[in-house]
Amino acid sequence: MKKTLKWRVILLAGAIILAILFFLPSLPGFKAFPAWWKGILPSKPITLGLDLQGGMHIVFKVQGDKAVENSVARVANDIVEIFSEKKINIVSAKAENISDLVIRYSDTTKGKEIIDEIKKQYPGFSNERDEPGEAVFRLSSSEKDRIKESAVSQSLEKIRNRIDQYGVKEPLIQQQGTDELLVQLPGVKDPKRVIELIGKTAILEFKLVDEDADIRKAIEGEIPEGDEILFSKEVDPATKVVRQTIPYLLKSKSLMTGDVISDATVSIDPDMNEPFVSITFNSIGAKEFDRITGENVKKRLAIVLDGNVYSAPVIQDRISGGKAQITGRFSMEEAKDLSIVLREGALPAPVEIIQNLTVGPSLGKDSIEKGIKATIIAGIFVLLFMVIYYKLSGLIANFAMVLNLIILIGALAALDATLTLPGIAGIILTIGMGVDSNVLIFARIREELKAGKPVRSAIDSGYDKAIVTILDSHVTTLLTAIVLFIFGTGPIKGFAVTLSLGIIINLFTALVGTKAIYDFVNSRVKLERLSI
Amino acid sequence: MKFMEILGDTNVDFMGLKKYAFVFSGILSLLGIIAVIGMFLGYANIGIDFGGGTAVQVKFDKPVRIDTAREALSKNGIEDAELQEFPMDNKLLVRLKNVIAADEHAADKVISIFRQEFPDNNLVVDTSMEIGPTVGKKLQKNAITAVVLSMIGIIIYIAFRFELRFGIAAAIATFHDVLAVMGIFFILGKEMNLLIVTALLTLAGYSLTDTVVVFDRIREYLRLRRKDPIEVIINNGINHVLSRTIITSLTTALVLVALVIFGGEVIHDFSLALLIGVGIGTYSSIFVASPLLLLSKGKKKKS
Repeated sequence: MKKTLKWRVILLAGAIILAILFFLPSLPGFKAFPAWWKGILPSKPITLGLDLQGGMHIVFKVQGDKAVENSVARVANDIVEIFSEKKINIVSAKAENISDLVIRYSDTTKGKEIIDEIKKQYPGFSNERDEPGEAVFRLSSSEKDRIKESAVSQSLEKIRNRIDQYGVKEPLIQQQGTDELLVQLPGVKDPKRVIELIGKTAILEFKLVDEDADIRKAIEGEIPEGDEILFSKEVDPATKVVRQTIPYLLKSKSLMTGDVISDATVSIDPDMNEPFVSITFNSIGAKEFDRITGENVKKRLAIVLDGNVYSAPVIQDRISGGKAQITGRFSMEEAKDLSIVLREGALPAPVEIIQNLTVGPSLGKDSIEKGIKATIIAGIFVLLFMVIYYKLSGLIANFAMVLNLIILIGALAALDATLTLPGIAGIILTIGMGVDSNVLIFARIREELKAGKPVRSAIDSGYDKAIVTILDSHVTTLLTAIVLFIFGTGPIKGFAVTLSLGIIINLFTALVGTKAIYDFVNSRVKLERLSI
Repeated sequence: MKFMEILGDTNVDFMGLKKYAFVFSGILSLLGIIAVIGMFLGYANIGIDFGGGTAVQVKFDKPVRIDTAREALSKNGIEDAELQEFPMDNKLLVRLKNVIAADEHAADKVISIFRQEFPDNNLVVDTSMEIGPTVGKKLQKNAITAVVLSMIGIIIYIAFRFELRFGIAAAIATFHDVLAVMGIFFILGKEMNLLIVTALLTLAGYSLTDTVVVFDRIREYLRLRRKDPIEVIINNGINHVLSRTIITSLTTALVLVALVIFGGEVIHDFSLALLIGVGIGTYSSIFVASPLLLLSKGKKKKS
């Protein structure tokens, strides 16, 4: 008996010291601790959830179908080029129904040649229909899946880069399920700006303005073949309200896209005192841009981002330096964000926000203060009650309760778990449950004492009988906590973590902690009476 | 030796009260069932985390009347807004069924309307939440899975530790508690959201603990005193743990009262659900779970 007591006391002391070491960094005064302490001992405070420190929790869904469609459309463009070199006239090559490639040609005798060539060049496609003048190919489903998967991983990478450039401390960016991206950004001050920055597809295109056709007729519905109408939105820089939209009739074919950009920076136009974004092309882009501008002098070249026209300046002269400018009455922040998305490149597919939770920093702070206040008040209630009702034994129970709290917070910090507001509720609940264990034990000890047993054996058999009940009741609650942990999301998970940890720690303090104190006292003095 | 006691030795005939208890519990459960049906039919107040939609909570510098705010929104094309105010802090909660309004995110639109209509009343955004309908469905499915699985887990564990009839009785009693709190929340018009589901599962755990403690004593007496009629054994068991049950429920209730009063609006309803749940959980372990043991005889175990 004596030997096991020694070990139990050592175990208890060890747990207390360890818990305190992990608990200390979460205290506000930890900053003042000496550097050597932080160097060798735990120095990581408990991580607060977004609901406590403010921030954003966004789930994006990557529109994989759009990535597939884009890549089929790219193949369609290439096919026109390939056959024009072979002097075979392709009337049109288009992506249809996401993964179908429809090719129309005029010379019906060339049908077999066209189909064979495409099969050879693009093995991912299978020939679905073959009629004189029209051939339909379909992308295989394995190839479709591969494109979708890579769209998700590329989007993840791009979004991570954009966030890094924007500058957020400790962001969490991860894939969730097959096509979802979870982004958690603690402490973000301007949520709307961040969403626009990271959720923007950012496909930059250069398109010629069709100046031969009448735009008014086009708006009424007579859009010439190969043209499209896109709009430029004029936004009031102060209120962000769209003042007016200006339509442009553009040639649908994009002459160049943003993937040839090597750098993008913000500059200030000294005349207008307005920021603009200057982009630098890589060598391929520079050559292309040189050719396009050379061929289209005095025409208007529209700069289109995600289907919105930013500007459509007249090409005054061939531009050979590999540089261009995007103007558009930006605020400094908008120009900075635009330069980030252009520098980091477009997402392979548009992303859609399917979940967005934003908590302002003031509410988070408010919640912490209220949570702590409620915890302290609840704690004092219980402490007082226990001492009044159970006297000195109540004091031992209170020691166990404080120990519970310290070990729990220390364990949360050590496991790098996140404390959320429901998590605080979970902690408070474990206070209640911790008290229950002691109440059960004390009730049993009282029964034994009433039956006339001496103090020492009353304590022993009280514990023995109560242990069964405590185990059963804790295990059943632990079961629900584990189910919550597995199926819960976000705040619920935080709750489940504190609750399950709390239950396990409760068991430890109730069965090892308080019993060791009684036994320790008993081993020194022979108790005649018990204050319970 | 003298102890401080809230209750001395009691000897209440709880089993004799079972008829009244079953009527009372029947009404509570019926309420809960109505609430569940109401949720599926769309009458209940379902949070946007299950139903999908947008919720924005803003804090103004100066008070804004709920009618004025509603008028400002509908003037600018947002008609289906549900508004709720927290007048103490000049806070206003706006809920919408849609995530996207016209071209813009509904949350942004609400904020810009308020900024435009109340230009000299500065506001900060407390929270904004946008949830697509598919996500809501998924969360709903997860919540139902969690409830069903924890029920099964509980029955298996208790059947393993006690007897099958104990497991079934405990599960029915727990289910009764969850239904009852849902019913009461339905009547109070409180929102059913993810946090409330957490509260329901927590109270399921709590109520179970309570039931297990009572069952534990009944099991002990069943083994020791095999000659006594089962009603007497159950009554004795309940009476002997009564003071523990009351003390534990009281301390837990004290903690929850602190949470309800001081915990802030975010966890107010959560704590309220738990507080009601503790009351009902305590009641059900005595008046529902224990009498249910009488319904099936169970095999006479040789300990």
